[in-house]
Amino acid sequence: MPELGRAALVAALGLILYALVAGAYAAWRGRRRLLDSATNALVAAFAAVAVASLVLVGALAGRDFSFEYVARSTSRELPMGYTLAAFWSGQAGSLLLWLLVLTGAATAALLCNRRLVRQVLPWTVPILAGVAAFFAFLVVGVASPFETQVAPADGAGMTPSLQNPYMMAHPPMLYLGYVGLTIPFAFAMAALASRRTDERWIVATRRWTLGAWTFLGFGILLGAKWAYEEVGWGGWYAWDPVENAALMPWLVATAFLHSVMVQEKKDMLRVWNVVLVAGAFALSLFGTFLTRSGVVNSIHSFTESSIGPFFLGFIAVVAAFSIALVLSRLSLLRARTRLESLVSREAAFLYNNLFLVALALTILWGVVYPLVSEAVRGVAVSVGAPYYDFFAIVFGLPLVLLMGIGPVVAWRRASLRSLSRQLVWPAAIALAAGALLLVGGAGSSTAGLVGYTFGAFVAATIVLEFVRGTRARKSLGAGGWWSAFSGLVGRNRRRYGGYVVHAAIVVLLVGAVGIGAFSTTEQARLAPGQSLAVGDYTLVYRTTEQRRGANAQELRARLDVHRGDDRLGTLRAGKNRYLAEGETSNEVGIRTDWLRGEDLFVIADQFNADGSVFLKALVNPLVNFIWLAGLVFVLGSAVAMWPDAREQRRLAERFARDGALARA
Amino acid sequence: METLALVLGALLTVLCVLFVARPLLRQARENGPDSPAEVARVRLLEERDRALAAVKELEFDHRTGKVSDEDYRALVGPLRRQAAEALRALEHEEHPEREGSVVDVHG
Repeated sequence: MPELGRAALVAALGLILYALVAGAYAAWRGRRRLLDSATNALVAAFAAVAVASLVLVGALAGRDFSFEYVARSTSRELPMGYTLAAFWSGQAGSLLLWLLVLTGAATAALLCNRRLVRQVLPWTVPILAGVAAFFAFLVVGVASPFETQVAPADGAGMTPSLQNPYMMAHPPMLYLGYVGLTIPFAFAMAALASRRTDERWIVATRRWTLGAWTFLGFGILLGAKWAYEEVGWGGWYAWDPVENAALMPWLVATAFLHSVMVQEKKDMLRVWNVVLVAGAFALSLFGTFLTRSGVVNSIHSFTESSIGPFFLGFIAVVAAFSIALVLSRLSLLRARTRLESLVSREAAFLYNNLFLVALALTILWGVVYPLVSEAVRGVAVSVGAPYYDFFAIVFGLPLVLLMGIGPVVAWRRASLRSLSRQLVWPAAIALAAGALLLVGGAGSSTAGLVGYTFGAFVAATIVLEFVRGTRARKSLGAGGWWSAFSGLVGRNRRRYGGYVVHAAIVVLLVGAVGIGAFSTTEQARLAPGQSLAVGDYTLVYRTTEQRRGANAQELRARLDVHRGDDRLGTLRAGKNRYLAEGETSNEVGIRTDWLRGEDLFVIADQFNADGSVFLKALVNPLVNFIWLAGLVFVLGSAVAMWPDAREQRRLAERFARDGALARA
Repeated sequence: METLALVLGALLTVLCVLFVARPLLRQARENGPDSPAEVARVRLLEERDRALAAVKELEFDHRTGKVSDEDYRALVGPLRRQAAEALRALEHEEHPEREGSVVDVHG
């Protein structure tokens, strides 16, 4: 039923345009019933986009190749999970997903904050509609998933590298993050347009921002896991432009999550915060542009398309609109207090913001420079990993140090004496850890040694923060230790959830430094019966096996794995020849040792006619800490997002007369 | 199939139009924008909450050893005064007839 899909999208575009125009008029003239009507139009647009999405899901599930999109992205033999994931593997489908998530998120945000939007921030409706209108225009007029054709006998299939379980979850996660950043952007801009720059837009969007940031962060890690297993070069993050595209808004959103606390506690950084919100949103649009325009020569640029200019134009409009609005409201955003000391929690947040934004801008320059160079000078250049690694260390290490120092500095001002007293134990633990690592042989990499020492410092600070806080709560009569601990976290969910997220960064650091500084690589051409030693392992090549998979011919080198005298098992590494797609992919063999946290990672690069195989084997120490960090990160975010009944009551009382905050 | 698609499309359109038009057909009171007094009240409430939270935070930080006795003594007075001023201003805003009420922020 492509006609229904098309009709639903046209209806959605009409509804969104109505929400834009009627919502703007209603906000300008204070017409509340018209604003309600515009809000309803956005809700109805979500329903219409959901209908269109169901039509596409139905066409994918039924392998209806009369849909050009279905024929381009799937084939009869493609397993059903990947067939359904084709919804977001192509350009038109992924834009439809953007629109679906955006209208869904807009509906939820508007309904949760109906009274706030109605009475205080009416401009939220047209701003959300403006963003949605752009994506609705794209899926209706530029890249429709409902183009039809005479159905071919079979489809072209899916790009092999996308046929990975992590790829089924990674794009929707990223899109939830990208789209989620639209909500704080819309509320922040609406607050400026409505001249209501008090805290309400922050309170209303706090969980939206945290949620979007969590999805984006977790999505980045899922993408890293996919790259590790599927791209098969043995690493987890290659500073690919499209990976960077997701990292940049995440870094800016991270800066915002810290600096917004300064606004809440000290009523400072109000201009900076709206700039960060707008920047994170613009970067999320830029990320979608990079992924979908095919402008960057990247492993992710599976499509070449004509949507690039539209995206660039829209990003320019968003930037101009945000800058104009911020400049016109500068007088309302003036801070009422000043930084009292350079040694204070708010100063630490400021330093953290400067490093995070500097890192994001450096990455942005690395992504944009090749495009600018090619456009202006006609010279194609590439910015490689050494550039990014250098700045990741220059800005990253101070950030890690700040993660350790920031939490123990008091608000307003702290004397150097009390600060040094707080830092004695973490510093001693870090130095002891560094010395132990040096004795243990970690001195082969100075960067690795420094990274682990800093990580130990942060971990010690976090543990001590929990210990000191629990002890203080207990001394206040909180009962037993557990009751004191749960009371501590329950009363300060954002702070202690944030510490858990900091712990996740330490765990990530352990894994990233492990694989980056201490991995071992060996390669050789092996005939059957010959062996290759890598690290503590010995691989014995036995034979080559072939079998027919669900939609590919699978070729594998079978290897026996030994460590010392122990035979640990069998590992298979090889290639898949995808029949419908006519493409070949590397299928690496990974043996995980959970106790050591390390992976034995084998790539079978080349199968020769004489039965020999060219193997590359790596031992990636501690790499599994990277994936563990993802789980700790989600746990910390969940703690920070968990509703706090006490705070809800306080906010309800604060905004009772307005009735302007239904749910914080 | 095409007819079914057309019928479903038409149904969707009619439902959307009805849903969008519903608020316009309602006899609802049009609320005006917030008065300047309301805007000021929200600002004062924010200041009050911020000041009280700062006092509590300082006391907890002092208890955990993050703030030394000397720093605590220097900071607590101004913060309490600030909180008292915020409470007084709010009291005045809400009940202008009650002048000179005593505000205690030590508890």
